[in-house]
Amino acid sequence: MSDVSFVRTEMLPEQAPPASEVGVIGWVKHNLFSGWFNSILTLVSLYAIYYVLSGVLPWTFQSVWNANSLTECREIMMATWGSTHGHACWAVINDRWLQLLFGFYPSHLYWRPILSLVLLLVALAPVLYSDRVPSKLLIFSAIYPFLMPFLMWGGTIWGPISAALGFVVAWGVYSVLSKQLSELIGMIGAVVAAVIWWLVLSGYFTGAMDSILPIGIEAVQSRQFGGFMLAILLGVVAIGVSLPIGIVLALGRQSDLLIVKYMCVGFIEFIRGVPLITLLFVASLLLNLFLPPGTNFDIILRVMIMMTLFSAAYMAEVIRGGLAALPRGQYEGADSLGLNYWQAQRLIIMPQALKISIPGIVSTFIGIFKDTVLVSIIGLFDVLGLANAIRADTAWNGIYWELFAFIGALFFVVCFSMSRYSMYLERKLQTGHR
Amino acid sequence: MKKSVILGAATIAGLAAGAAMAGTVDDVKARGKLNCGVTTGLVGFAAPDANGEWKGFDVAVCRAVAAAVLGDASAVEFVPTTGKTRFTALASGEIDMLARNTTWTFSRDVDLKFEFVGVNYYDGQGFMVPKALGVSSAKELDGATVCIQTGTTTELNLADFFRSNNISYEPVPIETNAEAQQQYLAGACDVYTTDASGLAATRATFENPGDHVLLPEIISKEPLGPLVRHGDHEWGDVVRWTLNAMVSAEELGVTSANIDEMSAGTDNPEVNRLLGSEGTLGEMLGLDAQWAMRAIKAGGNYGEVFAQNIGEETPIGLARGLNAQWTDGGLLYSPPFR
Repeated sequence: MSDVSFVRTEMLPEQAPPASEVGVIGWVKHNLFSGWFNSILTLVSLYAIYYVLSGVLPWTFQSVWNANSLTECREIMMATWGSTHGHACWAVINDRWLQLLFGFYPSHLYWRPILSLVLLLVALAPVLYSDRVPSKLLIFSAIYPFLMPFLMWGGTIWGPISAALGFVVAWGVYSVLSKQLSELIGMIGAVVAAVIWWLVLSGYFTGAMDSILPIGIEAVQSRQFGGFMLAILLGVVAIGVSLPIGIVLALGRQSDLLIVKYMCVGFIEFIRGVPLITLLFVASLLLNLFLPPGTNFDIILRVMIMMTLFSAAYMAEVIRGGLAALPRGQYEGADSLGLNYWQAQRLIIMPQALKISIPGIVSTFIGIFKDTVLVSIIGLFDVLGLANAIRADTAWNGIYWELFAFIGALFFVVCFSMSRYSMYLERKLQTGHR
Repeated sequence: MKKSVILGAATIAGLAAGAAMAGTVDDVKARGKLNCGVTTGLVGFAAPDANGEWKGFDVAVCRAVAAAVLGDASAVEFVPTTGKTRFTALASGEIDMLARNTTWTFSRDVDLKFEFVGVNYYDGQGFMVPKALGVSSAKELDGATVCIQTGTTTELNLADFFRSNNISYEPVPIETNAEAQQQYLAGACDVYTTDASGLAATRATFENPGDHVLLPEIISKEPLGPLVRHGDHEWGDVVRWTLNAMVSAEELGVTSANIDEMSAGTDNPEVNRLLGSEGTLGEMLGLDAQWAMRAIKAGGNYGEVFAQNIGEETPIGLARGLNAQWTDGGLLYSPPFR
C-alpha cells in the first residue's frame, strides 16, 4: 500500500449552505424573487401595500380626538398640520361612541345591556366549550332566554316568569297525554296548551301576580333601543332561535309525513324566495295596516320574528345539506340498533350532520348578523341609522369615513371571532383520517 | 318573554281599539304622550343630539303641539320615519301627526287621505355648482352632469325644467344626501340639485363653502308642512291652530321672553285672545285657555324657532325669504285669532 491515494479517504466537513439559500435572504429569494415574473409581481405588490398604508396610517393616527364639531376639527387640523386633507376626525366617535353602542338607552341603565352581554357569554360557555366548562352551567343557559328580556326591557318580573311557565304547562300536558294516549297526541296537546297559555292566560297571570307582588325594575321602551346593542340583540336572538327551528324544518322536509313535509317545504321556499327587506317592510308597514288600529305590537319584536324566520329557512337548507351528505348506511345502522326516530337523530344522525354543516351554519350566522343593519331602512336606529342621525346634527354634518370605519371595526371584531370559533370547532370535532 | 304579554295585550287592545279610534285628541290626552313622526335625521329640521334629545325645526312643531295639548313640551315620543314608512305610519295610527319636511301635493292630500294643516317651510328646488364652473344661471347648464336623488319629485322637476328650456343634461342617480355630497365633492357631477334648504345645509359642511354657489333659479314649489289623518277634524284643528299660533305670535310680537308679561293682558285684543286672557278660543278647541301660550313658550314663536335651528346665525344660514311674515314680503299669513 502506498501513501498516495487517488481519491479522498476522509469526508470533507459539512459546510454551511450558501448565504443566499438560508435565513431571511433565502426565504426572500425563494418566495418573492424566484423568477423575473415573480420579482415584478413582488415589487408591484409592495408598492400597492405601501401606497395604501401611506394613505391610511397617517389618516388614522395623525388625527383629532378632541373637538366639538367638524369645523372645530378642521381648524385644529389646519393649525397642526397645515392641511385638512388626510387626517381623521375621530372626535365624532369620542363624542358619540356611547350613542353608537347603546342608542337612546337611558345612560343610568347602561349596566343592564352590559350585564346581559356578560351573562350571554356565561350562558354560551357550556354550549361552545363543552369540554372545558362544567355542564351544570347549562341550567343557567336555559334560564338566560328569560333573564335577558327582563334585563333589557325591564318592567315586571312576572312577564318572563309567565313566559317560562308556558314551557312548564307544555311539559305537564305532554307527560300526562303521552302516558294516557299516544306520544303524537301528547306533543300536539303540549303545543296547543302552550300557545293558549301564552296568548290568552299569561296576560291575566302577569297582571294578577303583579298586583299581588309587584317586583320589577325600570322599564325601557323598545323605541330607545339602538346602536350596536340592537345589532347584537337582533343577531343573538335570530341566531339562537333559528338553529333549533332550522333543525326541525330540515328534518320536517325529509319527513315521510306528507303534511309536515309540504308545510316545511312551503315555508322554506316562501321565505327563501323573498328578500329580507321585503319581510322587514311587512313587519313594519303591512302588519300595522292589518292589525286593528291602536294595537301596539312591539316593532323590535316584529323585526326579531321576521329575522328569525328568515335565517331559520336558510339554516334548514344548510342542515339539510349535512343530512344529505351522510351515507345511507348511517340511517340503516341506527335502525339496526333498534333506535327509534328521535334517538337515532339525537345519537347518530344529527352529531354527524351538524358537524358537516358547521362552515355553512356559521356563514349563515355571520350573514344574518350583518343583515341586522337593514333595519335602519324601516326607521330603527341601529348603528348605521345612528350614523345618519349623527350626520344630521349641524355639528357633524359632512363626516363619513370615521363613522363607517368605526362601525366596520365593530362588525369585524364580532364576525371574525365567530369565524375563528367555527375553525376551532371543526378542528376539535375532526375525526377523519386526513 | 315580552311576546306573550304583548300578544295578549294586542288582542284586548284590538277589541277596544275600534271604539277608541274616534278622537286623536282624547287618545293623546289619555296616553299622556304625543307620537310625532319625524325624519331619521335631516340637518336643521330634526336630529337627535349626543344625549338622544331631538332638536330641529320640525321637532319644534311637535313640541309645540305637545305643550298645547298636554302642557308638557317634552311629552313627545319621536318616531323616526323614512321616506318609505312615513305615510303608512300615519295612516295606521302609529303616529298622531307627521312633521317630516313633507311636500304638500294634491295626491298626498286627496288620494292618500291625509290633511296638511299648513306650511311651516316654503322650500323649492335649487342648483349648486362649483364657482370654478363659471355658471351664473341654471339655463347655462346645457350638457351638465347632475347629481339627483332617485324616486323623488326633484327628479321629475329637473326633467321638466331642462325640457322646457330645451337644454340637455346627464343624470347621476344617487340614493341619499350623504352620497350626493361625496359624489359632488369628488367631481362625479357638475351640479347638485335638491331642495334649496338642503343645498344650503350641505354647502355649510364643505371645507370651503365659498367655492360653491347656489344658482338663483328655484324650479319648483315645495311647501313643507305637518299633516294628520283625514277625517279627524278636531285633531286637525288642534295641530293647525298650534302652527298658526306660532306664526301669529311672531306677527304680534309675542316672544318667549315677553310672553309671561303679555299673558297677563295687553292693549291688543288679538294678543289677549291668543294668550287666553280674553275670549274662549281654547275651549272651542277642546283645550284650556292657556294652550297657545304653552305652545309658544315651548320653543318660542315661529321666528325664534327659525332663527334657532336654520336661521342666518346657525351654520346652515338660511335667509327668511319666502318664509318671512306677509308684512315683510314673505308668505307666512296666519288667519286671525277671533
